[in-house]
Amino acid sequence: MILNASGCLDAIAAPEVAAELDAFVTKTVTPLPRGGNDPVRIAETDVGMLNSIGLANPGIDAFIADVLPELLDLEVPIWVSVGGFSAQEYADLCRRLDSQQEVTAIELNVSCPNVAEPADSVAEIVAAARAATAKRLYAKLSPSNGDIAAVAQAAAAAGADGLSLVNTIRGLALDPRTLAPTLSTAAGGLSGPALRPIALAAVFACYRTTELPIIGMGGVETGRHALELIAAGATSVALGTVLFADPEAPARIRAELEAEALALGFGTPLDARGAAHVEEGRRKLRRVA
Amino acid sequence: MRRETLAVAGVDRIGPYSLVRLRRGSLESGVPGQFFMLSPPGRLLPRPMSLCLATRKELGFLIDPIGPGTRALAEVVRNQRVAVLGPLGNGYLLEVERPLLVGGGIGVAPLPYLSERLGRPPAVLGFRTEEHAEAAALVPNAEIVLEPRLVTELLRPGHDVLACGPTPMLEAVRRLAPTSQLAWEAPMACGYGACYGCAVEIEGVLKRLCVEGPVLTAEAA
Repeated sequence: MILNASGCLDAIAAPEVAAELDAFVTKTVTPLPRGGNDPVRIAETDVGMLNSIGLANPGIDAFIADVLPELLDLEVPIWVSVGGFSAQEYADLCRRLDSQQEVTAIELNVSCPNVAEPADSVAEIVAAARAATAKRLYAKLSPSNGDIAAVAQAAAAAGADGLSLVNTIRGLALDPRTLAPTLSTAAGGLSGPALRPIALAAVFACYRTTELPIIGMGGVETGRHALELIAAGATSVALGTVLFADPEAPARIRAELEAEALALGFGTPLDARGAAHVEEGRRKLRRVA
Repeated sequence: MRRETLAVAGVDRIGPYSLVRLRRGSLESGVPGQFFMLSPPGRLLPRPMSLCLATRKELGFLIDPIGPGTRALAEVVRNQRVAVLGPLGNGYLLEVERPLLVGGGIGVAPLPYLSERLGRPPAVLGFRTEEHAEAAALVPNAEIVLEPRLVTELLRPGHDVLACGPTPMLEAVRRLAPTSQLAWEAPMACGYGACYGCAVEIEGVLKRLCVEGPVLTAEAA
């Protein structure tokens, strides 16, 4: 399954892009409207992209009243990303969405910079959300956590139905002339190629410790990148930064993924799930002298 | 919205700028003031560029090489290929009675195509140096000022102003000609409403310039 990463596509502005996805994930919705951070909000670096959008969104009331009805016309399953500043806020958001039949799943953005990230906090948020909705709940985790597999286990124990791995990681860019931070908030979230091995490691670690479905994301630009995430343990792949440069990426990557899997002897891409987890003993030190 | 990989037909040096001419493929040229996202070879993100010239066979973009992306675009060579997405955003409204084109620096970029579509109306252009002012040759019927003089000195009442240039110039034009149409600029990662990077304040609210603009009437902006 190919999705977009939350915040990397506006399906109303670009319905033809969303139509190529197996599900559309909304930009994170918060309890109240947020204008977002002041410009400058984006910067390109040599290894990726920084963003500091600041969860700009219309708030849950306007989202349900105005945005959701428009999204229904797309005929693509709708996943709603939600973000709050306490477990209670996540629970309230999930309760509001629980009665919206058209919402297929909810992604808990527990990895925005304004939310604490220790394992117990993620577990509290997931548990509160779980009590508020019967819809499928995905926890989107930050790769900056030292032991992401432990956080994933805590999320699973608290009732998460799946994991979204990974969110951006904090980075900084400086203006070449002034050496002042390029972004108005100084640091921002790093995405793109630099995130790819980080995402791969996170998916790999979480696959070993939970049995949850995993949406792998982070720097995917080609079918090969998607296949690697699946081999590490992902069941789906989400596209982020690549959509900015190439709105036709979903169809291209889907075709490439199928061809890459076949070329390696897998009937379907999902047959490659977990292929990166070679059995113990296969990695023997070669005796050369 | 359409994306195609176009071959470079040629690159002309015009003062410090490069006019990158691409074989058109099946892309529409759009309305003057609309823009295209050009993917610089070797860079992650495309760059927004307004269309400078449109012929039956070519689309021309005037590039000011000020950073790694624009340098990579300015340095492309004949037959190299560049991915192009567009046309995007909202261009100038062309139903105006007495057009006057106003441009500053690299803001001259959309004016040649605009001039062509409006039947070569008068234009006033401001540049930093004589070298930069070589770009004025692309715009018919243009009067030029060089710093420290300002292009606003040449504004005349009774015209419908269509402007593009640096923010201080656009703000000055807005004060003098409240009904003018202004083409603004902002950093963009996508150009089609996905990234929310190009937020600017419009009527007191942060909005995406790529969706709402880049051309706005002075009263709205």
